[in-house]
Amino acid sequence: MADHLLEVQDLHTVFPTKDGVVKAVDGVSFHLDPGETLGIVGESGSGKSVTVLSVMRLLQRPGRIASGRILYKGRDLAKASDPEMQEIRGEEIAMIFQDPMTSMNPVFKTGWQVGEPLRLHKNFDAKKALKEAVGFLHKVGIPEADKRADQYPHEFSGGMRQRAMIAMGLSTGPNVLIADEPTTALDVTIQAQILDLLRKVNHDFGTATILITHNLGVVAGMCERVMVMYAGKVAEQGPTEDVFANPKHPYTWSLLRSIPRLDAQEHEPLRAIEGLPPDLINPPTGCPFHPRCPFRIDRCIREMPPLEPVGPTQLATCWVTQAGRDLNEAAS
Amino acid sequence: MSTEAPARPKLTKAWTAAEPILEVRGLKTYFPVTAGMLQRTVAHVRAVDGVDLTVRQGETLGLVGESGCGKSTLGRSILRLVEPTEGQVIFKGEDLTRLGAAEMRRVRRDMAMIFQDPYASLDPRQTVGEIIGEPLDIHHLYTNKRQRQERIHELLRVVGLNPNFNNRYPHEFSGGQRQRIGIARALAVDPSFIVCDEPISALDVSIQAQIINLLERLQDQFNLTYLFIAHDLSVVKHISDRIAVMYLGKVVELAAAGELYRSPKHPYTGSLLSAIPIPDPKVERGRQRIILKGDVPSPVNPPSGCRFRTRCFKAQDKCAQEVPPLDTVDGHEAACFFPLQGDER
Repeated sequence: MADHLLEVQDLHTVFPTKDGVVKAVDGVSFHLDPGETLGIVGESGSGKSVTVLSVMRLLQRPGRIASGRILYKGRDLAKASDPEMQEIRGEEIAMIFQDPMTSMNPVFKTGWQVGEPLRLHKNFDAKKALKEAVGFLHKVGIPEADKRADQYPHEFSGGMRQRAMIAMGLSTGPNVLIADEPTTALDVTIQAQILDLLRKVNHDFGTATILITHNLGVVAGMCERVMVMYAGKVAEQGPTEDVFANPKHPYTWSLLRSIPRLDAQEHEPLRAIEGLPPDLINPPTGCPFHPRCPFRIDRCIREMPPLEPVGPTQLATCWVTQAGRDLNEAAS
Repeated sequence: MSTEAPARPKLTKAWTAAEPILEVRGLKTYFPVTAGMLQRTVAHVRAVDGVDLTVRQGETLGLVGESGCGKSTLGRSILRLVEPTEGQVIFKGEDLTRLGAAEMRRVRRDMAMIFQDPYASLDPRQTVGEIIGEPLDIHHLYTNKRQRQERIHELLRVVGLNPNFNNRYPHEFSGGQRQRIGIARALAVDPSFIVCDEPISALDVSIQAQIINLLERLQDQFNLTYLFIAHDLSVVKHISDRIAVMYLGKVVELAAAGELYRSPKHPYTGSLLSAIPIPDPKVERGRQRIILKGDVPSPVNPPSGCRFRTRCFKAQDKCAQEVPPLDTVDGHEAACFFPLQGDER
């Protein structure tokens, strides 16, 4: 198992609040191999962003990692010191965010900001860093990169700012790029441009990518493997094609049937998932999806299933599929 | 829906359901851009710039486009929540742009709006009962308190909420439940036409289908006509009978929903369709993608001729010189001199 570039084992991240402790990430395990693209899907509150913020050790206080290991090239990032993390962030693992307006500093010119990781991590002087930054802005498809480097972020459109963020992330040649909802704030035609760029980055630089999204269509087109999260827990993970064709967790199964597809031939009513998203302060007993699950058995109400192999390629936390039932058959 | 609600107001002109419920003609809505100490108007944002549309009784007309294309402004201009600069909005035979405040209030009993953000569109200091009761009060839709209360309970039941939620406040509800409250408020006046402005965009994915199904059920139950505004073409295609595609203040294509998907004519529609991810890895990997260059130009200074020409892969000299009219091409209405052919889609 030492081959994995990044391996997260039984991660627990908690946020103490006045109403009680929120278990934002509750026993999450996954791995990332060199050069691959892993999708993490889930709704707001599913813990997908907190999972990667834990990996980056960028949790907002009072949030903290309660237990678990985050092995990057054999080192446990959960125990790394702040100076060690500063070296890893940006140089080894880079992250881009949903809203590039709030993640760039409005008072510095774009070229200066894109060159910052090079000045910090590679000890480049200002002139050399700027020259490299212009080169990266050009590589991510920003026209007239030398002129644009001299502008402030507010002079950029949303799509262009996201390109600049990607240039900043790539400038030090990291092994891992974490993209947290990178296209959610963008229009669809701009989303298509940015996804196309991320595909190229993954292909040309061999950067392993974690793509966080709530959009199953984006995962389908971008990711080799996918992890589905619900209420801070892993619902299932596996190769994207297998998970979409034969989901092993009822949440994935229901979600795929509830979204309208552009290529649907006939108008059929959507099969909505009934009920409400889980309350994380008072989560349901047993499996958090059981109140909304069409396949529920008594055991689901009492006991949380572990993450175990179901079928040859997938892992799932579901008593029903672990007992050998096929969801597609069970539903028909 | 309620047998006790007073009869609909009389129309000034005879209108029959066979005619379009709504006709928009040459509609323009401009917003001034001011500058300097005197706040002089130096330019205009041409949010809606000459739109013609017809909405038929009982149908759902989808309105799609990217942010800034004017789709929300168009929806608001139709209800006169923003004042149109030019053009006509003919609702059941009456031109709304000519009506005074009192007459407009009468017409508003027949139309309603559902907003995008269920967090921002409900007053946090009002109870659910007060929120839903407000339109009943404004339009005097009850004769006594008991009738008002019964109507509120009925509306809550209709949208799938517990009638006892009456005395609770919006913050006690999830996003999906708040959107149901917003829908109940829209239904309170018993309208025949509802503008739904991105009604599911702010909701969690697993809740979106509940609200789409609710809107479809209500349409059947109360014979509603929807103008459904959204940026998500998969949702719009699912719920709409016909779809209008907007770009920079103009309608560039209009066709039946399935037809628009199967054979788009306008290059913008084609690229929009190809940009929508389909949640199926097998389909998604084999897809041809049209990746557009650049960003949407500013609606203050739109390009000459066809507004899409600066990003269009089929643009020629003619497109910069002349504005393409919205013409019929194989049963679609499309505003393009060089519409997409079979192999380009």
